[in-house]
Amino acid sequence: MSALQWVFLVTALITVSAAVMMVASRRMMHAALWLAVALLGVAVVFVTLEASFFAVVQLLVYIGSILIIIVFAIMLTQRSTEAGPRLNPFAWGAAGVAGVVWAALTYIFIRWLMSGTPLQELGASFDDVVPLGKALVDAEGFAVPFEVASVLLLAALIGAVYIAFERRGEGS
Amino acid sequence: MAVFWQDPITFLRLWLENLLLSWGVPADWALVIRFAVGAVLLVTAALLLVILQLWLERKLIGRIQDRLGPNRVGPWGLLQPIADVLKIFTKEHITPAGADRIPFNLAPVLSVAAALMVWAVIPFSATVFGADLNVGILYLLAVGALGELAIILAGWGSNNKYALLGALRTVAQLISYSVPMTLSALVPVMFSGSLHLSVITRAQEVWFIVLAPVPALIFLTASVAEVGRAPFDLPEAESELVAGYSVEYSGLKFGFFYVAEFLKAFTVSLIFAVLFLGGWRGPGAESYPVLGFVYLMLKSGIVYLLMILFRGTLPRFRIDQVMDLNWKVLTPLALILLMVIALADYFLRGTLPLVRILGLLCINGLAYLVLDRVLSSRERLRRRLVAQPVRPVARPENLITSSDVGGRS
Amino acid sequence: MLNAWLYIGLFTLVAAALPAIAIFLAGLLAPKKPNPIKNATYECGVETVGPAWTQLRVQYYLFALAFLIFDVESVLLFPWAVAYQQLPLFAIVEAVIFLAILVGGLFYAWRKGALNWQ
Repeated sequence: MSALQWVFLVTALITVSAAVMMVASRRMMHAALWLAVALLGVAVVFVTLEASFFAVVQLLVYIGSILIIIVFAIMLTQRSTEAGPRLNPFAWGAAGVAGVVWAALTYIFIRWLMSGTPLQELGASFDDVVPLGKALVDAEGFAVPFEVASVLLLAALIGAVYIAFERRGEGS
Repeated sequence: MAVFWQDPITFLRLWLENLLLSWGVPADWALVIRFAVGAVLLVTAALLLVILQLWLERKLIGRIQDRLGPNRVGPWGLLQPIADVLKIFTKEHITPAGADRIPFNLAPVLSVAAALMVWAVIPFSATVFGADLNVGILYLLAVGALGELAIILAGWGSNNKYALLGALRTVAQLISYSVPMTLSALVPVMFSGSLHLSVITRAQEVWFIVLAPVPALIFLTASVAEVGRAPFDLPEAESELVAGYSVEYSGLKFGFFYVAEFLKAFTVSLIFAVLFLGGWRGPGAESYPVLGFVYLMLKSGIVYLLMILFRGTLPRFRIDQVMDLNWKVLTPLALILLMVIALADYFLRGTLPLVRILGLLCINGLAYLVLDRVLSSRERLRRRLVAQPVRPVARPENLITSSDVGGRS
Repeated sequence: MLNAWLYIGLFTLVAAALPAIAIFLAGLLAPKKPNPIKNATYECGVETVGPAWTQLRVQYYLFALAFLIFDVESVLLFPWAVAYQQLPLFAIVEAVIFLAILVGGLFYAWRKGALNWQ
């Protein structure tokens, strides 16, 4: 096995166990911190795939903002820093069902990828950011989704303002 | 072949490489060893720099406040920081009751590591850089996220109200200010057409601070806030939050938070120098790379001195002022300038360099003046409204005669 | 590219290991005399009441959400900025519209008073 495969195996192991710990931990803050480990692991997996841009975006968006939103949300909710009771008695059954669904999906995806055309090999100096930038604003590329993304972000902003005003109305 | 006095680092690198290969080390392992040696040297150099910074900053702040600053240990107090480090090394590590041990102990390490990781991608001269990443700028911004994570770990792990509140407040400030920072970092990327820090440096035949002075100013302001230094030092406001997220730390663990803060201060100066002040560029830097290193250090040193000046002369902001400055001034300014520069530079593309520079300068100035008027007009209105009703002055006759006015209105 | 990341990986390990080793060594050197008063939560000498948890105001969440929006926006704009020098006017106007929609959103939030920290 090559060194890269070893790196991938170790990272994958850490990521998956961190994800399991996240689901299993009883304190919400611990779950958030395990989530951070899992997200970092995914960033490293992106690196092993030579997708630098996505690795960095993973760090910037997921650890830099989503995780922080989660932490703030935990701090907003009542009594959340203490270990709570186990709320769902069917947790293990649910995990089993989810596992079966996941295995079936993986099987389908592998079959689907096998039947497709083989992937092209990219040159060593290939820089993925420039073509991505061009495609994002190209009329034949992703110009419409690009603008729609802006509208989506606007909707999120307006939603956030609305939430804040609902809360303020209750308070006063 | 590099000559030693032209480019010592490259010379030593090649020497080490040849030495390892001549010993029969496989090429892959030689690479790993070379990288590891480079990393250890760079990390050590960065940490040693902090010792110098500690002295410089204490001395200068002392002078600004009409004191002498450290002057007992060594000539001009030069050995004072070393004495401090030795002292803090022998202090007891107190772990507060109820602390969450793993996050509590991880936080100072992660904090320093996040500040150091920036150094891995900085191009120090034409030939010396750690990793020339194809997403250099984004990496710089993303590493900041790890620093935020460290602060959350510290706040949570300490099991202390002040620490937790201070940590969340710090994080709120950091994430807010990274918005204008990221937006103004887009401008150098647009001008140079690359995320490689080395390409951005090479593209600066004219420093980007000349082409885009207002985004540079926004970036500088936001980086001061990102470091959490005065006037943005609310996170450790002694009078409000005791000391923020580091209340419960003692000994070297506290010391490393301190180190991380100073390191970050120099690191953002370094980033500013690379993005807007031409990095290692300067006369003779191409043929004598060692000069490039000197230029880079001089430029970032000047930015760092500017930050010390800010710290020494400006009073601390209130939290609402900090948030207002970010969301009502810097963010709209950065967004609108980005649009204006994108359009203007398109029309100035084919023109003479001088025309382009002057055009961009004019547009920057114009946009700044107009936006300053628009953005601050509401603020001025509010201030006038507050000040308008004439308040009774607290004079003896007012207190006695017009008791219905005094103090109430 | 992988070489660059290898260097960054090694650098991260070193950057984390050096402070960790220093703290470990200092822990060996330092005196260890814990007592209940010393280990108590520090709140300026006042005795601690209740858990460390305090409820945050919704303000924090709102600003974090606004940050997420602008973060995602800048991530979408970085590839555009890299390609900027090679783009036609159409593509640049497109990005300007993209930004203008968000500026509109920001001003909406401002007028609604959502950006006031209270």
